[in-house]
Amino acid sequence: MKAAALRYLPLVLLAIVWELAPRLHLVDASALPPLTAVARSWFSLLVDGDILFNGVSSLLNLLYGLIGAIVVGIALGVLMAWYPTFDVFATPLVRISYPMPKSALIPVMILWFGLGAGSKIASVFMGCLLPVILSTYNGARGIEQTMIWSARALGASRWQVLREIVLPGAMPEILAGVRNALALSFILLVAAELLVGQRGMGYLISFLGDGGVYDGMFAAVLTVSAFGFFADRCYLLFMRWMLQWRE
Amino acid sequence: MARMNPIGRNLLGWVSVVVFLAAWEILARSHVFTEFLLPSFSASFERLVEDTLSGELLRNLGLTLLRAFAGFAMGAVAGVVIGVCMARMPLVRWFFDPIVSIGLPMPKIAFIPVFILWFGVFDESKILMVAFNALFPVVVATMAGAEAVDRVMIWSARSLGASPRRLLFEIAIPAALPEIFTGLQIAMPIALIVAIVSEMAMGGEGLGGALMTQMRFADSRGVFSGILAIGIAGSLVVKAMELIRRRLLVWHQETQSG
Repeated sequence: MKAAALRYLPLVLLAIVWELAPRLHLVDASALPPLTAVARSWFSLLVDGDILFNGVSSLLNLLYGLIGAIVVGIALGVLMAWYPTFDVFATPLVRISYPMPKSALIPVMILWFGLGAGSKIASVFMGCLLPVILSTYNGARGIEQTMIWSARALGASRWQVLREIVLPGAMPEILAGVRNALALSFILLVAAELLVGQRGMGYLISFLGDGGVYDGMFAAVLTVSAFGFFADRCYLLFMRWMLQWRE
Repeated sequence: MARMNPIGRNLLGWVSVVVFLAAWEILARSHVFTEFLLPSFSASFERLVEDTLSGELLRNLGLTLLRAFAGFAMGAVAGVVIGVCMARMPLVRWFFDPIVSIGLPMPKIAFIPVFILWFGVFDESKILMVAFNALFPVVVATMAGAEAVDRVMIWSARSLGASPRRLLFEIAIPAALPEIFTGLQIAMPIALIVAIVSEMAMGGEGLGGALMTQMRFADSRGVFSGILAIGIAGSLVVKAMELIRRRLLVWHQETQSG
C-alpha cells in the first residue's frame, strides 16, 4: 500500500502542479485550465452523454477495424508461410509497403468510404493489417519443420497441423504483432476522427477545441489517453493468459 | 515451405511488384471504378514525375522529412538522456517510472489540438508533436539497455581509474547501443506517421497538408501520387536506419554473426 503510494507519488505531484500553475497565474488558465476545472467539465460531458455517445462510437469503429485486420492478417500470414508460390508473390509486396507511414492512407480511405464510419474503420483496418500479417508470417515460419513433418507422418490432416501446431507455435509472435496493431489502431482512429467526421472522441476533442471550450477539450484528451492505456493493460493480461501453457 | 536461392527470390520479388502495378493499371482502366476512386498507376506516376520536375513535390517532401527528423532528433536525444539517468539515478527513475509507463501506451496523437493551443499551427508545433511521440520508445529502450550493462565491465573500468564521465560515454552508452538503436528504429516510423498527421490537422505546406488539400478538391491523382512518394520515402528512411545500425554496431556480435 505504502509502496504503491510512493510509486505513484510523481503523478500526484504532476497533478498538483497542473492545478496550481494556472491558479497562481504562472500559466494562462485558457492554455492550461486547472485540473479541477477539467474534472468538473469531464463530469458534465459524462452526464450529458457526450463521452458515452462518442466513446462508444470510437470503440466500435476501432474494434471493427482491428478485428477485421486480425482475422484477415492471420489468414494471409499463414497462407504466405504455407504456400511457397503465394509466399514469393505476397511477401515482397508486404515488405515494400510495411514501412509506409500508415497515416498517409487516411485521405484515400476518405475518398473511398466518405466522411462517416466507413473511412474510420478502413483506416484502422489498413493500418493494422501489415503488422499482423508480418508477425504471423514470421511466427509461422519459425516453427520447426520436423514438428510439422512428424505430425503429418502421424496422420494429421493439414487443417489439424494448422490448428494444433502452426497457430499455437506462432502465437507469441502473433500476440506481439497484435499489440503493435492495437497501439496503431488508436493512432489511426483518433487521427481520422480529428480530421473529418461528426462523431467519435477525436471529433469531440477537435469540436471542443475549435469552440474554445478548453477544459472540456483537456477532459476529452485525457479520456482518450485513458482508453488507450487501459486497452493496452487489458491486452497484456489477455496475452499472459493466452501464453500460460508455455512454461 | 521450400527455401529458394536469394537471387531467384529477389527477382521474383520484383516480378510480384510489377504484377501488382499491372493489376492496378488494368483495374483502373477497366472502368469498374471511376477515375475519382481509382486513378490508374500510369496517371498517378505521371503526376508524380510532373510534381517532382516542378519542384513542388520535393519541397513538400523535404518539409515533411525535415519536421519528422527534427522532432525525431529532439525526442531521441531527450529519450537517451532520460533513459540513461533513469537507469543510473534512483531518484530520476522514481520520478519518471510511472510517467513513462502511462505515457508509452497512451495514444498521444490526441494531443494535437493541445499542441495547436500551446504552440500554434506552424513548424514549432509540428516538430514538438513529433518529439513528444518519439520520446517514449527511446526512453524505455535506453533504460532497458543501460540497466543490462555488464556489472563486471563497469567495475573493471572503474578500478582502472575511469572517471564517471568516461564510464558513461565509453562503457554505458556504447554497451547499451543495440537496445538504444532498437528504440530509435521503433521511434522513426512513429515520427513519420505523426509528422504527416500533424500536417494534415494543422495545414500548411508539407506532404500531409498537400494530401488533405488534394483530397478536398477531389484530386485523386494528386492523392495517389502523394502516397507513392510517401511510400518510397518511408521505405528509404527505414532502410537507411538498418544500414546505419549495421555500420554503428560493426563491433557487436549481432552484426558479426549475421
